[in-house]
Amino acid sequence: MTITKGEPAGAAAPAAARAAARPAGPTTAAPPQGPARQAERHGHVPHDGTAGAAAIEQARNAMLRDAKPLKRSRIGADVVCEALLRQGVDVFFGYPGGVVLPLYDVLGDYPELRHVLVRHEQGGAHAADGYARVTGRVGVCLGTSGPGATNLVTGIGTALLDSIPMVAITGNVPGALIGKDAFQEIDINGITLPMTKHNYLVRDADDLPRVFAEAFHIARTGRPGPVHIDITKDALQQETSAQHPTEAEVIAGLPGFRPNFDGHPRQLKVAAAEIARAKRPVILAGHGVLHAEAWADLLAFAEKTSIPVAWTLLGIGAISEDHPLAYGFMGMHGWKHVNRAIQSADLLIAIGMRFDDRVTGNVRTYAPYARIIHVDIDPAEIGKNVAVEVPIVGDAGRVLRALTPMVEETPPAARADYLAELADWRAESEASSWHGSGAWREGVLTADFVCERIGDLTDHQATYVADVGQNQMWLARYAGFRLPNSHVSSGGLGTMGFGLPAAMGAALGRPERETWAIIGDGGFQMTSQELMTLVQDRIPVKIALFDNKKLGMIRQWQEIIYGGNYHSAHLLGPDFAKLADAFGIPAFRARTPDEVDPAIEAAQAVDGPALVWFEIAETQNIFPMMPAGKGLSDLIEKWDGPEE
Amino acid sequence: MSLPVEDLDTDRSNGAGPAHSAPPARALPGSGEVNRHVLVAIVLNRPGVLNRVASLMRARNFNIESLSVSHTDQADVSRMTITLRGDDVAVEQVSKQLYRLIDVLKVQDFAGEPTVEHELALIKVRATDANRAEIVKVAELYRARLVDITEGSVIVEAAGSEPEVDAIVALLRSYGIKELVRTGTVVMARGSASIEEALKR
Repeated sequence: MTITKGEPAGAAAPAAARAAARPAGPTTAAPPQGPARQAERHGHVPHDGTAGAAAIEQARNAMLRDAKPLKRSRIGADVVCEALLRQGVDVFFGYPGGVVLPLYDVLGDYPELRHVLVRHEQGGAHAADGYARVTGRVGVCLGTSGPGATNLVTGIGTALLDSIPMVAITGNVPGALIGKDAFQEIDINGITLPMTKHNYLVRDADDLPRVFAEAFHIARTGRPGPVHIDITKDALQQETSAQHPTEAEVIAGLPGFRPNFDGHPRQLKVAAAEIARAKRPVILAGHGVLHAEAWADLLAFAEKTSIPVAWTLLGIGAISEDHPLAYGFMGMHGWKHVNRAIQSADLLIAIGMRFDDRVTGNVRTYAPYARIIHVDIDPAEIGKNVAVEVPIVGDAGRVLRALTPMVEETPPAARADYLAELADWRAESEASSWHGSGAWREGVLTADFVCERIGDLTDHQATYVADVGQNQMWLARYAGFRLPNSHVSSGGLGTMGFGLPAAMGAALGRPERETWAIIGDGGFQMTSQELMTLVQDRIPVKIALFDNKKLGMIRQWQEIIYGGNYHSAHLLGPDFAKLADAFGIPAFRARTPDEVDPAIEAAQAVDGPALVWFEIAETQNIFPMMPAGKGLSDLIEKWDGPEE
Repeated sequence: MSLPVEDLDTDRSNGAGPAHSAPPARALPGSGEVNRHVLVAIVLNRPGVLNRVASLMRARNFNIESLSVSHTDQADVSRMTITLRGDDVAVEQVSKQLYRLIDVLKVQDFAGEPTVEHELALIKVRATDANRAEIVKVAELYRARLVDITEGSVIVEAAGSEPEVDAIVALLRSYGIKELVRTGTVVMARGSASIEEALKR
């Protein structure tokens, strides 16, 4: 068994040990990397991480603790804070408003709870999402009633489609005003009902302990997902002595929620027989492997059987890309060799993935020779998109741990012909890709080259957060991922504007890692207001802005599918350096390939957030590309159509 | 889909499948054969549970023919009977999706099982002195009864399976139906087995 580089405890140690190793209490922004320290911040507050700062923080906490017991009575808002602390929340993202002010009124009594004031509730929801993706813990966001709540909706939907554990809290108007079209009243419970794993409307403070305990349990157990809690203002203000339930009481109170974790022994036996028979097997690793923290189990299984591993967009990081059995990224913009391997496979072992249409293309022509073993914790995913021969409902880690001893050890030599053929395909496909074309050598600044340099210069140890569009696919293919949970991307909902706020949460969740946000000029202009949050809360996100002055993926589709009708694909942007400067964020610019490395290194040296403005080629497409409705064998690899 | 192993041609050195034949098309889930199904969902009687079920059906593009909700013998548990049309796999998908709802305790498809299936209809029929007796006879024939009689109309209460109720409604149509309401089907398995006792607690 190999332990992934840079993840000494994480890869093999049980979850509990890892949780214990995490710093308790409020997480502060990452201490800057070595050379950056000379960039002085002015002010009377000592630097984070220094003894002076720690002493001040300690004194402040002691003072606030000494002030307890509260001179006032315990109200619903206190219960919310207690519940968050009991669930191990150290940071959450919110925006105040009329009906949640009772909560903000007591927040100061809970200094262990770090509240990050975002600039838009959508940013808060994405930040909670990004935090959850890198930590595996439940992300929390908060908004007020009405517009605050509706602004969270996009972020909740993003979390639902990607199965992200999240608790979204909103206030609502006082119970007596519900249904009266009161100021800032909207039926947010009705809105989030079809886009959450579960949701609650709380009108009585006595229900709050139970509801919060249930919400966190539901959000993180089984297939993770977002849970929304709507609380009326009067419930937040109501005095209560209700006690928090134990985990056992929570489970007993949810008779309708009993996820199945262990694969059926009979199905495991059938799966082992299929694997023994297969000549051209491929493992399809999905997000479920990461949710189950099963990367070591996946590796053990793949190494024992010598089966190559392909991954979905959200399965990136399930196996280190420098492992010999790591074959590549599949699907619409996946590598040709990977899709070719799937199309010629006689067995697909799908683990924690759901045969999304971006992965399969036309289902009728998908993997025509393959029998399928499908492992998923959600029974509703089995047989939803493709018919499968061996369904296994269970947690990816537990299934893999049970299955591995049941399969025969197959050394790579036993699959020599197969693996050699795959290696040939890979060499061919990589050489014919955009990157293989080496355009950067001719002075063209291409996005694939930038992604590769960011990966290399961060030693592949950073957290990489994508926005949506071409930048997302370039990052997925060229950065070179080595660590689990180091890639953050809005896969299912494809939410433009996700990148910057999600990076904010990711940086706070894993402060020991550098955090890079890779964002196109379109997505950046959707949520760039969060730049100020980065500054105010000193969140050291490095932004790689890919500026091609286009909505690149739109332009690509219009070029190839809509006959070059580039309506609304050209996108004007501001002077991004001046914009960053206005926020107090250092900006660096790269227009040619040889400016790339110095710009990235300059950003890394900044103590705090920084932006690198990459002015990339305006008409670079991402190939191969599978047109919607076509199959994996119908990839477009280059386009010689009319230039614009 | 079930592809027999012996049919697999594993000689695909060019990676594009056997050269001599086009690749087989992958079967889509389900048979495509549309049948009537009766689903029973045992749910926790919590606010919004009907909304959750209905919303799921709408979002997943399933068309409900009838839906009936009522209490069970347990105070906090309700029973929903949903009739819908679809192929077996599609209806299985509905069941699995319903299972995902936290408030849903148990889902069962009663299609093809021995059951008692009933619904109740109230039919307000135009009646005159001349034909009132005839309507009474029709009702008696179908073990229906008259529950309200006024000068110009009667209300017939009919109970039975969906086809039985269809039949009496068709017969009464010739007298002129002023108003019709049906409860939708409820169903219970024959024999001693109980879906409520088998809750997934």
